[in-house]
Amino acid sequence: MPEYLRNLLSIEQLTTEQITFLLDESKPFQEFQRHPLKKLATLRGKTVALAFFEPSTRTRISFATAASRLGADTMNLQAESSSLKKGESLLDTVRTLDAMRPDCIVIRHSSSGAPDFVAGKLDIPVINAGDGTHEHPTQALLDALTIRDRRGTIENLNVTIIGDILHSRVARSDLHLLARFGCRFTLCGPAMWLPGEFECLGAQVRRTTRIEEALEGADAIIVLRVQQERLHEPSLPLDEYVLLYQLNPQRLRRARPDALVLHPGPMIRGLEIDPTVADGPQSCVLEQVTNGLAVRMALLFLMIGARPEGEPTKGSTHAAD
Amino acid sequence: MLRIRRGRVIDPATGTDAEMDVWIDGDRIARVGRPGPSGDAPKSPSEEIVDAAGLIVAPGFIDLHAHLREPGGESSETIESGTRAAARGGFTAVCAMPNTRPVNDNASVTRSILERAAAAGSTRVWPIGAASLGSRGEGLAEIGAMQKAGIVAVSDDGRPIATAKLLRQVMDYCRALGLMVIDHCEDPSLFGGAVMREGRRSVRLGLSGMPAATESIAVARDLQISELTGCRFHVAHLSARASLELVRAAKQRGIPASCEVTPHHFTLSDEDVVYDARFKMNPPLASREDRAALLEGLADGTVDAIATDHAPHEAAMKEVEFDRAPFGVTGFETALGLALELVHAGRLSLMRMIELFTSGPARVLGKTRSIAAGEPADLTLLSTDHAWTFLANESASKSRNTPFDGRQFRGGPMVTIVGGRIVYRRDAEMTRAGKQIARTT
Repeated sequence: MPEYLRNLLSIEQLTTEQITFLLDESKPFQEFQRHPLKKLATLRGKTVALAFFEPSTRTRISFATAASRLGADTMNLQAESSSLKKGESLLDTVRTLDAMRPDCIVIRHSSSGAPDFVAGKLDIPVINAGDGTHEHPTQALLDALTIRDRRGTIENLNVTIIGDILHSRVARSDLHLLARFGCRFTLCGPAMWLPGEFECLGAQVRRTTRIEEALEGADAIIVLRVQQERLHEPSLPLDEYVLLYQLNPQRLRRARPDALVLHPGPMIRGLEIDPTVADGPQSCVLEQVTNGLAVRMALLFLMIGARPEGEPTKGSTHAAD
Repeated sequence: MLRIRRGRVIDPATGTDAEMDVWIDGDRIARVGRPGPSGDAPKSPSEEIVDAAGLIVAPGFIDLHAHLREPGGESSETIESGTRAAARGGFTAVCAMPNTRPVNDNASVTRSILERAAAAGSTRVWPIGAASLGSRGEGLAEIGAMQKAGIVAVSDDGRPIATAKLLRQVMDYCRALGLMVIDHCEDPSLFGGAVMREGRRSVRLGLSGMPAATESIAVARDLQISELTGCRFHVAHLSARASLELVRAAKQRGIPASCEVTPHHFTLSDEDVVYDARFKMNPPLASREDRAALLEGLADGTVDAIATDHAPHEAAMKEVEFDRAPFGVTGFETALGLALELVHAGRLSLMRMIELFTSGPARVLGKTRSIAAGEPADLTLLSTDHAWTFLANESASKSRNTPFDGRQFRGGPMVTIVGGRIVYRRDAEMTRAGKQIARTT
């Protein structure tokens, strides 16, 4: 049994044992998604606070569904409707949520490090559902689960990541996770999104601006969404991106024939990915979504359902209990 | 009559390093001389003695760069609290940057700062006037009027002087007035929305970074305008190796340029940044290579002064997401302790370190600072060996935004004397604290 997981703030902070354990624990929940009746009572009476300070559809629904299938209730905070619009600070907002006594808080925020900041202020477990351009740990876990399912292993693979690496929290988490298992990385995209510092994140990371070269011998290809809001700095014409970096069938042939194609979504067909590739046999896009539920159920189960008795809390804000 | 007895007087202005007594009469130094026989009685009943045995007696420390926040930002700092913290850090004079609300861009704001400092300040306050109206980078501020009211330099600190053309006008004008121009050197387009230095750490943390060139490009611009106009120019909070090399080369060519380095930049690097806004300041913590260059510059004379860039922010402003927090850290009370770390590590001589706090910044301002008869009685007494821990919640500043909370130091300020008046005494403070503890137990 690996070290107890109090928060999930980043993949970087996890031990290899914790990652393997989380993936193993996700297995039964993967099978569970095929049940006709998808409701457990495991977390009945528990509450999961979903604090999404940045607009999100799939991750929020995935966490909400995971909580609901475990029998937990959810509290929902969405950026558009929240008191943030009225100028309340992040700290005051999460303290208010905390005062309603949820058992854990799931945070999505546009500022890198916001979940770390919150975890330092609250006593309940904090799960990072994506923070700025830092990390998206549950995405990396579901990516790893998807690859392991199809390939039987996540060890020593050639992984190619294509797109805006600099601003991608998905790329960072995937790198931290898969590097633990000996994967070799090729990062590919326009040069200004491909800083050399990424080579320091893993022992075997190389960069190339040529997609043909990047795909050579790849076992898994992670296509990142083109964040059009990033295109302004400096403006890169969309057509130029499609011409140079779209994953299309001809380019895909350079990878291994059984290479997997992953995309964290939302996917824009015809921009970063060609529709035939997105719908082709190598695409794992929909499995990723299903596996996301399994990973998040396992995580919630382990963090609040299996929380050890008498786990010490620091300077409890619930002292009046 | 006040007598500082048996201290080790170190005065970089004269190269003095000897055990001597210093007599103070009123607000001036009356005499400096060899100590009398030990235990000698006061010459007159009115003579008060400060026993400085085992301490270093230095000229009063000058901080070229601080934000006292008054007027307008009193919830973060006031002239009263800020100068009390400065005195606690061994400073006897503090240059106050003009980015208050309202901006110090006219003589009436300058006068009100000086009046407030005279009434409530522990140290001297030397205001710096804005270069442009409202520091907006358009028209010139009332520089001549502010000079008559008492400013010691001009700057749009907090932001760079907007354009090369404006800088040229400011420098032409200030050269005629005999005023120095201080610039916060930064290329705004390269800065973008950065919150730290670009590098491995910023990539790892997913925080927006800016390259060193953001600063050095502006330093190059300013040095060329300084050469063009002949105006005295000073680089605020220099943080990058490239900037330092530009200043070094400019000095060799005879351009009237100088620069300062902050304790946080010579102590920390971007590798120390965590998701805690107490590590967020502008310029941001630089690379290790930059830090190594700064240490060289401090030792070899390229750097003229250690300045704190004391930038207090009330807790609520810093207790937010890293990218949303304002830039700046407090610095008065940890500056000497951090500089002494360099002395203990053999990076700086004690004489040179004291120069960086005294005659160095004085020269930048066109002033002198020395321990000699007739000079103002501004003195900083320090120890180089007592162990102490800096606790932010015991700071005299109204703000707590420091990356050095809990740091253990060897040596620091013991007594601060401004115009013959003892404005800080560590032993008295310790005794008071001791009494408080005794009462509560």
